[in-house]
Amino acid sequence: MNDALNAARAVALRDLKRHLRRRQDLVQPVVFFVIVVTLFAIAVGPDAAIFAKIAPAGVWVAVLLATTINLDAMFLSDYQDGTIEQLLLSPAPLPLLVASKIFAHWCATAGPQIAISIVVAIVLGLEGPVVSALAATLILGSPILSLVGAIASALTVGLRGGAMLQALIILPLYMPTLIFGTAAMHNAALDLPISAEIYFLAGLGVMAVSLAPFAAAMALRIRLS
Amino acid sequence: MNFVPFHKYGTPKYFYSWSLALRPWLGGACVLLFIAGLIGGLFLAPTDYQQGESFRIIYVHVPAAWMSLFIYIVMASAGACGLIWHVKLADIVARACAPLGAWFTFLALFTGSLWGKPMWGTYWVWDARLTSELILLFLYLGYIALQGAIDDRRTAARAGAILAIVGTVNIPIVHYSVEWWNTLHQGPTVSKLDAPSMDTSMLIPLLIMALAYNLYFVAVLFERVRCEILEFERNTNWVKELTRDKGVV
Repeated sequence: MNDALNAARAVALRDLKRHLRRRQDLVQPVVFFVIVVTLFAIAVGPDAAIFAKIAPAGVWVAVLLATTINLDAMFLSDYQDGTIEQLLLSPAPLPLLVASKIFAHWCATAGPQIAISIVVAIVLGLEGPVVSALAATLILGSPILSLVGAIASALTVGLRGGAMLQALIILPLYMPTLIFGTAAMHNAALDLPISAEIYFLAGLGVMAVSLAPFAAAMALRIRLS
Repeated sequence: MNFVPFHKYGTPKYFYSWSLALRPWLGGACVLLFIAGLIGGLFLAPTDYQQGESFRIIYVHVPAAWMSLFIYIVMASAGACGLIWHVKLADIVARACAPLGAWFTFLALFTGSLWGKPMWGTYWVWDARLTSELILLFLYLGYIALQGAIDDRRTAARAGAILAIVGTVNIPIVHYSVEWWNTLHQGPTVSKLDAPSMDTSMLIPLLIMALAYNLYFVAVLFERVRCEILEFERNTNWVKELTRDKGVV
């Protein structure tokens, strides 16, 4: 048992280091996110009233797109250099190792993502309660995006046209998170309570944490069989 | 020992022969039921007091919507069987389900929007059912795309099974979250399908049509599975004998 936990910690630390050393992987999704939000703003036009109404939608869709694009970093390089095969051979349970990989990826990507989203939301002129709703839903929602995304990433790792395929598979599965995330922001804008959305997101998160690592581990086994 | 009959009839070779023997019966029953259901639905059923004649599109629309969900469940269960017990036939069935399910989903959406025009005055509303049906179509398309991207059939079938199972877990979540999203944004849209009850004279043709759709699905599924089996097993003796007997070699 202890051995398994040690292995999980080692994998998580190694992945964290790897993500932090490849700075472009950290910076590019953030830049991409800002560009998508800018595109939204330009497409909507400078009318502040309309913009305040659809800014939550723009920010959340940009978060989804940036996360989807970034999913490649989770397994691809490890698949190419054979690290995943070593993980498969390890005596430690694979779902645990996959969970620590997902955790490392989430730490490295969600942090900057959440920070820049809040900054962008403030710059766009969203009100205080809306910004805090955005922060709360992103903190609860981004682990779901990483966990569910890991399944699609594992299924498509190393396939030709993998990135497109991954987006095609994953975006329909992101629908509930998107719905609850934007609903919370809309409610906050109307001074309504947002606890229902928060609880739903927390519930989805618990479900994703308990099921997704197993599905992703199985998917990796299948892809490498 | 209990598994022996299943094992025997579940091998591709036996499946090929018994499903071929079943083909005329399935096809015949399907055609008869379609004729009965269409006559019943289009001519015998009384006109709806509110929707007039255009309610009759229910007889192609509702069974298609039922099939779209049913086929997804069949696909996911067959995929799970293939994944857990390594049943080759189950893998083939799961693969063969996907395009059929996608087309039924498309048919449900298409007839639904044709029905929506006279009833709601628009082809599309962001109604909870329509939206979750659309997401179901996306799930099917993702499955088909994944199948197409992986060359090895066994791997493709097993990867597809994972995706189908994940999708099955997601379908109720998607459905309820969309319903909630919808009521939150627009207030309940009047859904004609929620009409409290149906007269028996209208219901019976609908059930006949549903049965006909089911038989059509099974007949076409078996047809597709037989094709896949021949391709899959082309190097085995029994397929070679079969093609020699037919003079195809």
